[in-house]
Amino acid sequence: MTTVEEPKTTTFDDNDQTPVGFGRMLRKEDPRLLRGRGRFTDDVQLPGMLHLAILRSPFAHARVVSVDTSAAEAAPGVKAVVTGETLKGLGLAWMPTLSNDVQAVLATDKVRFQGQEVAFVVAEDRYAARDALELIDVEYEVLDPVIDVRRSLEPGAPLIRDDLEGKTDNHCFDWETGDEAETEAVFARADVVVKEDIVYPRVHPAPMETCGAVADFDAVEGKLKLWSTTQAPHAHRTLYAIVAGLPEHKIQVIAPDIGGGFGNKVPIYPGYVCAIVGSIVTGKPVKWMEDRSENLISTGFARDYIMRGEIAATRDGKILAIRTNVLADHGAFNGTAAPVKYPAGFFGVFTGSYDIEAAYCKMTAVYTNKAPGGVAYACSFRITEAVYLVERIVDCLAAELDMDPAELRLKNFIQPDQFPYTTKTGWVYDSGNYEPTMRQAMDIAGYAELRAEQAEKRARGELMGIGISFFTEAVGAGPRKNMDILGLGMADGCELRVHPTGKAVVRLSVKTQGQGHETTFAQIVAEEIGIPPADIEVVHGDTDQTPFGLGTYGSRSTPVSGAAAALVARKVRDKAQIIASAMLEVTVADLEWAKGAFQVKGDPGKSVTIQQIAMRAHGAGDLPEGIEGGLEAQICYNPSNLTYPHGAYICVVDIDPGTAQVKVRRFIAVDDCGTRINPMIIEGQVHGGLTDGVGMALMEMIAFDEDGNCLGASLMDYLIPTALEVPDWETGYTVTPSPHHPIGAKGVGESATVGSPPAIVNAVVDALKPFGVRHADMPLTPSRVWDAMRGRATPPI
Amino acid sequence: MQVTMMVNDVEVTREIEGRLLLVHFLRDVLSLTGTHWGCDTSNCGTCVVWLDGEPVKSCTVLAAMAGGHEVRTVEGLAKGSELDPIQEGFRQCHGLQCGFCTPGMMMTCRALLDKNPDPTDAEIREAISGQICRCTGYSTIVRSVRWASVHEAAAVNQ
Repeated sequence: MTTVEEPKTTTFDDNDQTPVGFGRMLRKEDPRLLRGRGRFTDDVQLPGMLHLAILRSPFAHARVVSVDTSAAEAAPGVKAVVTGETLKGLGLAWMPTLSNDVQAVLATDKVRFQGQEVAFVVAEDRYAARDALELIDVEYEVLDPVIDVRRSLEPGAPLIRDDLEGKTDNHCFDWETGDEAETEAVFARADVVVKEDIVYPRVHPAPMETCGAVADFDAVEGKLKLWSTTQAPHAHRTLYAIVAGLPEHKIQVIAPDIGGGFGNKVPIYPGYVCAIVGSIVTGKPVKWMEDRSENLISTGFARDYIMRGEIAATRDGKILAIRTNVLADHGAFNGTAAPVKYPAGFFGVFTGSYDIEAAYCKMTAVYTNKAPGGVAYACSFRITEAVYLVERIVDCLAAELDMDPAELRLKNFIQPDQFPYTTKTGWVYDSGNYEPTMRQAMDIAGYAELRAEQAEKRARGELMGIGISFFTEAVGAGPRKNMDILGLGMADGCELRVHPTGKAVVRLSVKTQGQGHETTFAQIVAEEIGIPPADIEVVHGDTDQTPFGLGTYGSRSTPVSGAAAALVARKVRDKAQIIASAMLEVTVADLEWAKGAFQVKGDPGKSVTIQQIAMRAHGAGDLPEGIEGGLEAQICYNPSNLTYPHGAYICVVDIDPGTAQVKVRRFIAVDDCGTRINPMIIEGQVHGGLTDGVGMALMEMIAFDEDGNCLGASLMDYLIPTALEVPDWETGYTVTPSPHHPIGAKGVGESATVGSPPAIVNAVVDALKPFGVRHADMPLTPSRVWDAMRGRATPPI
Repeated sequence: MQVTMMVNDVEVTREIEGRLLLVHFLRDVLSLTGTHWGCDTSNCGTCVVWLDGEPVKSCTVLAAMAGGHEVRTVEGLAKGSELDPIQEGFRQCHGLQCGFCTPGMMMTCRALLDKNPDPTDAEIREAISGQICRCTGYSTIVRSVRWASVHEAAAVNQ
């Protein structure tokens, strides 16, 4: 297998000790994690700590008639039982979601999805808390649920959100982008129009660590300390201040080690608020950790878009326009975490990587009796759905035109000289060079040979498929002039302090969940200021220790916070240069930077290292006029634009005609995320995303029965790829730096999750070509593929 | 009830509830939090430890059942400051990201190498197929085990 950057088995270069930042470097966070010394939320143990368990609704839609907690309160070890009515008295029964909706913390009037929080118990240990849940007697009046999203707006459909004043139907919001009339005109004159109904089913991020919190409220100090599984500690702190009315400076949110996030740990969940209330009520530290079923049935789901895609083209394969109509299922509460002005996230990039004449999207979002969520699972704010739509419909067009799908894409790419490129939906792609990326993927795959092999196999009746996808993402939200979450601008702070001996500490507003920030951010600072990464401590995930910022999701850490880290280091370097000029008795202009030292131009023998400068900055003796002591700086970085990574993916599948089982034989991923900070970590990010893609394309779905029972409520029902379902990944890369990012980096955390599902589905559909199949909906389980082979439609979800 | 077992070569005796799971005994009673918990259904394998040298899912074993037996956890892998080759392999080959599944993965992989010092990629994938990693996509875990295998063989030859 061809794998670019496969490490050699005998030597491992490690630039930990050198002042050069970028390149393969082993991770600083690994030693503790390898020894079982990581500190995850459930590892936090405090003296006198109690345990909290949540009682959840068994029904998707029901009126809460009464809740009797008397038996539970009398149970051994129980310290408190709290219901929605209790919270109502405290004004805490409802909380705002990140998208300006409200969500019940504990149900007071109705339950609106199966698994909704109804009451909680605080007890001496986790077993006692769970036992007591059994003793709470809730009387429900069961109501008809709205489960089929297509019927949610029918007259007479049960009204879900009667808590909202004046609400008479299940409509959540409408959204449109592009030019409807212009697009219609282009469609009207096109040679070829292809239309396809495409469903991106509801899936779940399911990180291995479920969500949880430990709340410790000190009534004397009036201070709340909250360890929680959050990707956005600062945003959460501000929201707790707003929800609970606690003064913000008395709230410390700590995100310790996080066992995977993938967007699941962006929203504020009722459980976090319950833990806080539990600690206030009992006066003790309180731990809440959800179990796996709770995680799957109640926390942020992803996708759930029902899309009609249309594409217009000339007979010779020039794509003219793309149009789509989307029905979006937002569950019972709109719990998405997209920027406020982008209720459909960045779905507007559904025009993909192609230079077209017109585009239009109309979206209707609705409420259903399902768990809230929406933006999660490494989706880059709905770009997963957008890329799936365009890459699937482009393949449908290729089939219609009987054209090779690679050739069709190459013919329609935005060309390098067109960047910055403004799409028909108003997105300004910063840079891109698509063809070399595509060609490299085809070279690694041996595309022509694969097609020849496929022809031979097809002649023998074997089912082999080759699928391509090419994606452009928009990541790094975002410019504060038009992007905010509940009024909080999406900028990120960074602080850098160089100690007298030349060691440094950098403080970030973002928070890793496995992406290796403790390593890559040390590398960014090292690259700029010449202090070895080993000498740079990265502090993150504690609101008392770090500057404000919106956190890690939507692949925004490197584009936003990474830029902040580079710029704050440059700020420190500028100051260091002034001090160096005094030390060397030359002007600032006479100095040049030499990775870790300033030297006199033309006389490299005369130089001072950054470590010597740091000591001087803190030492005795005069500093230049107007220069304060110390060597530190802070910054808040407001990105001028998003960054637009791209990639070309090729998937090869074999389908067993006897069982309809799909086997992913090969997967080639060529990514372009601009400047590469740590190739080892980039490769890891890509591998993980590709595995997510196999899961979504072939296995994962959160389905419901007609009563609203969640059918994916455990890892026995919600299938996640193991090592047996995925191939050995083959990767490559091209580098097209972002012109507006200080180091040219673009972000890569979600590229593979976004780009891989269409490649896999395209490969399966390609394999099924002899059966006349043009489309089949995910997840392509054996039963669905079997149906497709027999011309039966996939059952609707 | 009282239970006595060896955990990482140290004898421990504790008074416990009969229903206490081994994973909770290790984490909550002994504060050995390197072993993780990730599902209710024995699917994820973040809780894998050794019981008398065999990898088991500690969410599916009662602490009482471990009485009189030897348990080894991730905290018992390294020899003092020296990482076990499997730990070093995971570090060198980026076999971990968030680190949550890693202790369970390493316990399984160490047990594999003890039985089969030179496993094929397919044998490694089979060995870890009862465990889930959501971050790495498994290729780097396979490489990590190969790294440990190669380096252990080299050490023996020296």
